Amino acid sequence: MATMTQTASLEQLEARCKTIRRHIIEMISAAKSGHPGGSLSAVEILVSLYMGGHLHHDPSNPTWAHRDRFLLSKGHACPVLYSVLAECGYVPVDQLNTFRRLGSIYQGHPDRRFMPILDGSTGSLGQGLSLAIGMGLAARLDQSPSRAYVVLGDGEIQEGQIWEAAMFGGFHKVDNVVAIVDYNKIQLDGFVKDILDLKPLADKWRSFGWHVIDVDGHSLTALASAWDEAKATKGKPSVVIAQTIKGKGVSFMENNPKWHGTAPNADESALALKELA
Amino acid sequence: MPTATKYELKMGSATREAFGKALVAAGKADQNVVVCDADLSKSTFTALFAKEFPERFFTCGIAEANMVAIGAGLASSGKIAFVSSFSCFVMNKGFEQLRVTVAYPQVNNLKVVGTHSGISIGEDGPSQMSIEDLALATSLPGFAVMSPADEVSMYALVLASVSYPGPVFIRAGRSKTPVIYQADQKFEIGKSIELVAGGDLTIFAHGLLVAEAIRAAEALSSEGISARVIDMHTIKPIDREAIAKAAKETGALVVAEEHLVDGGLGVKIAQVVSETHPCLMEYVGIQNTYAESGTPEAVMDKYGLLARDVVAASRRALARKRA
Repeated sequence: MATMTQTASLEQLEARCKTIRRHIIEMISAAKSGHPGGSLSAVEILVSLYMGGHLHHDPSNPTWAHRDRFLLSKGHACPVLYSVLAECGYVPVDQLNTFRRLGSIYQGHPDRRFMPILDGSTGSLGQGLSLAIGMGLAARLDQSPSRAYVVLGDGEIQEGQIWEAAMFGGFHKVDNVVAIVDYNKIQLDGFVKDILDLKPLADKWRSFGWHVIDVDGHSLTALASAWDEAKATKGKPSVVIAQTIKGKGVSFMENNPKWHGTAPNADESALALKELA
Repeated sequence: MPTATKYELKMGSATREAFGKALVAAGKADQNVVVCDADLSKSTFTALFAKEFPERFFTCGIAEANMVAIGAGLASSGKIAFVSSFSCFVMNKGFEQLRVTVAYPQVNNLKVVGTHSGISIGEDGPSQMSIEDLALATSLPGFAVMSPADEVSMYALVLASVSYPGPVFIRAGRSKTPVIYQADQKFEIGKSIELVAGGDLTIFAHGLLVAEAIRAAEALSSEGISARVIDMHTIKPIDREAIAKAAKETGALVVAEEHLVDGGLGVKIAQVVSETHPCLMEYVGIQNTYAESGTPEAVMDKYGLLARDVVAASRRALARKRA
């Protein structure tokens, strides 16, 4: 199976996470716009999948038919996706700082027209789960081992289409799909609990026929076993509820709704990078 | 040369039924063809496909937004995915998904078929009547948009859409429809068909109004007026050549359609005319309103979508041309 860093040690992956976080800060700072909080909260999720040997992919063969699919349904967190894809060798690291500029492949939200290796264009919330399930169905028809992973924002799952898709996935037993809720508890306007609370979140998914795995979304070991547990679960799709911290890794951004969609200025960026050194 | 008298217009089947039959043929020819349905398979005739290929048929329940994006996922992974419901539901409830998961990422293998279009569904009334679907579908970059007039053209265009290199929206109707074409007629997406030759004016129509346009041309012919009739089965990409030629040669155009005039075929033809050979135009369509319940015949009568209305518009056009 063609995967790139199956042998990466925990220490190596942790170092990768730090690198990705630095890219995120630098990109958003250079663009003077973007979404740092929800990018930082999803770092371990993407690093574990792409660099921990769990997502089957091959940077030397990006259109490999049996690759696992990946969708960042919360498309505004694309700095984390771009950084991970760059560090995997799909796209150039040295152009990450063109993020959000005219003509850049690093568009404001993931755009397949500019980056054909993406499995979908996202940005309008609520749609990625349906896409992932469609991809899972196609793999099932083709008797392909390909699995579909989709990262959802916690605020995003307020969208009704998510629950249409959840009902569909449970009913049709699409067990090659893994949804990940980046449960960082904050959305644009404030705390999720104050805007439209999701509780009881695990029970909601269970009642829709999903296998629920509740983990610390910043623990690479917990995430690794979550992917294994999902893979071993047959007859129903899995959802990994990743308990995360918005702005994780930069002390002044953590748990502060301000950093959902605000770019750090030069001083703030320098301070953040110092913490991530 | 075609004449106004060659069409018997014998009643055939509904275009939605021809769609269902074409889907089965497409499914037989290509095992990558899959179908998603939103609890209307008996009405849309996708049930024919479900019976033949149950493993490639996905029941989505009454959840059109999800259905469109599930189809987009299937199409993104190499399937040729048809998603189907009543036109008003798949286009209105699935529009954002068509925009973001199909048109924008250029998912070419997604094909949408909306049945029960227009107001000719009759009794069910405006909540089920799709009168803006063509405006919505043509606003999606890269989409091909079709409104076939009879069972022959529907069958052929559904099959043509399977290999068409782009997403597609096809509009089908509920009611039985007069047969216009011979079984061996060839159709090409984007290429209109001249049904009646004529030099005084040109009537463009799609869907149910094609038969009405033929009837109108026959009536006008008895008054000594020579009307050209063109079936615009494809609304987008639009047949610019046929439009420019008609504008140049006949100098007066009537566009007849079972759709809001706003955003319909008429305004798209007007755009081409204004860019090529500006000439006067008249429009037969639904005028800035929703219709109401009634028999299909009564509704089409009240909202002015019969041959009589096409004749009246043609007379107005000619009067203006001669003024």
